[in-house]
Amino acid sequence: MKITVRLFAFFREGRFIEEMKEYPDETTVAEVIDDLKIDINAVGVTMISSRHCNFDTKLKDGDQLGIFPMIGGG
Amino acid sequence: MSDKIFRVNMSTLTTSIEEVPADWAGHGGRGLTSTIVAAEVPPTCHPLGPNNKLVIAPGLLSGTPAANSGRMSFGAKSPLTGTIKESNSGGTAAQLLARCGCKALILEGQPTDDKWYSLALSPEGVTITAETELIGKGNFDVVATVAARGADKLGVITIGSAGEMKMAAANISVKDPDGHLRSAGRGGLGAVMGSKQVKFITIDPKDRKVSIADPEKFKAANKVFAKALVDNPISQGLGQYGTNVLVNIINESGGLPTRNFTAGQFAGHDKISGETMYDKIMERGGKPKHGCHPGCVIQCSQIYNDINKGYKTSGFEYESIWAMGADCCVDDLDHIAEADSLMDDIGIDTIETSVAMGVAMEGGLLPFGDGAGICRILKDEVGKGTGLGRIIGGGAGAVGKAFGVSRVPVVKNQAIPAYDPRSIKGMGITYATSTMGADHTMGYSVATNILKVGGSVDPLSKEGQVELSRNLQIATAAIDSTGMCLFIAFAALDDTTCLPALIDMLNARFGIALTGDDVVNLGKHILKTEKAFNEAAGFTKADDRLPEFFEYEPLPPHNVVWDFAGEEIDSFWNF
Repeated sequence: MKITVRLFAFFREGRFIEEMKEYPDETTVAEVIDDLKIDINAVGVTMISSRHCNFDTKLKDGDQLGIFPMIGGG
Repeated sequence: MSDKIFRVNMSTLTTSIEEVPADWAGHGGRGLTSTIVAAEVPPTCHPLGPNNKLVIAPGLLSGTPAANSGRMSFGAKSPLTGTIKESNSGGTAAQLLARCGCKALILEGQPTDDKWYSLALSPEGVTITAETELIGKGNFDVVATVAARGADKLGVITIGSAGEMKMAAANISVKDPDGHLRSAGRGGLGAVMGSKQVKFITIDPKDRKVSIADPEKFKAANKVFAKALVDNPISQGLGQYGTNVLVNIINESGGLPTRNFTAGQFAGHDKISGETMYDKIMERGGKPKHGCHPGCVIQCSQIYNDINKGYKTSGFEYESIWAMGADCCVDDLDHIAEADSLMDDIGIDTIETSVAMGVAMEGGLLPFGDGAGICRILKDEVGKGTGLGRIIGGGAGAVGKAFGVSRVPVVKNQAIPAYDPRSIKGMGITYATSTMGADHTMGYSVATNILKVGGSVDPLSKEGQVELSRNLQIATAAIDSTGMCLFIAFAALDDTTCLPALIDMLNARFGIALTGDDVVNLGKHILKTEKAFNEAAGFTKADDRLPEFFEYEPLPPHNVVWDFAGEEIDSFWNF
């Protein structure tokens, strides 16, 4: 299945801003994070199509996955 | 020597130093400004008349070596909202004022003629001097001229032309360690200072230091506290990208108000994001990290240079960039930086003024996306105080009336900042119930709705939002009393060593024995004091509501509306 992965802040360093990736069906958010060699403990927020999701959420074809480190401001 | 109240009467041009009344002794920062305004300002007075007072108070820990303790509170009745107001700022003034032994400076009365003055504050008291050279000048001129007069090491609090013209969006600016500016932006307190005909205040502590009752205990607690701040992962992102790291995540969540609050996502989000800003800063020889006061270990400010590598602005914050960017559909960071610099010099709130521009764009003044047009209007109209400039300087509500626009995002006439209440519902509760009008810093529900700090509450659900906003507003009122930067909250929400260390520092500073419960009770007391002032000024629960359009205009991409009943909002006050 095709997943659009969007990375933010320092997760972009040495990787990419946005890429279309091919993954097997039922791939989880955690497996994508692992595939990108991002330390899962540094991940603050993940969203699929603008809704928060969990690390064990299974992705569906066409999903847009955003991966953010722990960030704040205001 | 214990701290004192410094009082300046601008009707009689007299000054005094007074003992601190027992009721005020446990307060600092916002708790003290709100306590004094509630005690001394008639709630129904005109905010620009002789009966309003401007109260300036450093926090309880300001002037000590405590990390991140340099925030200054400014309080008065607001000319923008008509409510009680506390607006706070970084810069060096809080630390220097505390070192003068000044627990609060109260400016009262007003001259009956048209003369302007400056004030010079030191541990010995306040001197009032007539000022002519700097009248009509911008904030940058004030800071440079005061330095050229031989006072470059002093703290400076100043108003620009907007404050002199008593615009309802005028702010008060404070010099930072490098001679740039930080601002107490919200609520028009620059107009209150202008109504006292005080252009600027210098602060010279000479060699005086803040006394600490138990220095060893204080030092140990500060070490734990600073470590909690430095170790917090959120501090890393703030240091690298500033608060503007939020553009992309708020956009991704569908809560980035765009095109005067008609959409929740902005196509140009990445061009104005913290990531892009960081790249430009590095390319142009700026500095991504910069502290607004000595002792800050987070350093969310920055030096942003223009394309020719010359200094353009600092303290370039998410809410300012959002307001001029997504809300006005401007996707050029350099236009936004130019506008930010112009507004700093004019001395006007970047949030209120930019949201007002968005409303004016909807009213047909300029096309959405016209960044150059915004800069021109700021310079030629707002800065010069033309009729149009004064309407925009009157804030988003004034512009909505002048241009016949019904989509006006304000609560208690103060512009709603960078988080749409339809898709980040916890913020909607804060905007509705805040004693200050719409203000994200009163109870930052974004932390738990979007950033997943301090737990997780679904931003699109009503469940848990009232309780979340209540707990955050109580905690924030207490933090705003300490002089601490609000960003300590990110560590405090998730690191169990942080808050106890903060309380230990308060106890060591004053030789007292506060508990966590005492701090919570302080927050509750401050909120209730502020609410009582507003009620006496004529506000009712009917004012604790969001603008009607949020209830009937669904916000893309989630297509959600604001759906809280009045009684649900009012349950906020059940404490």
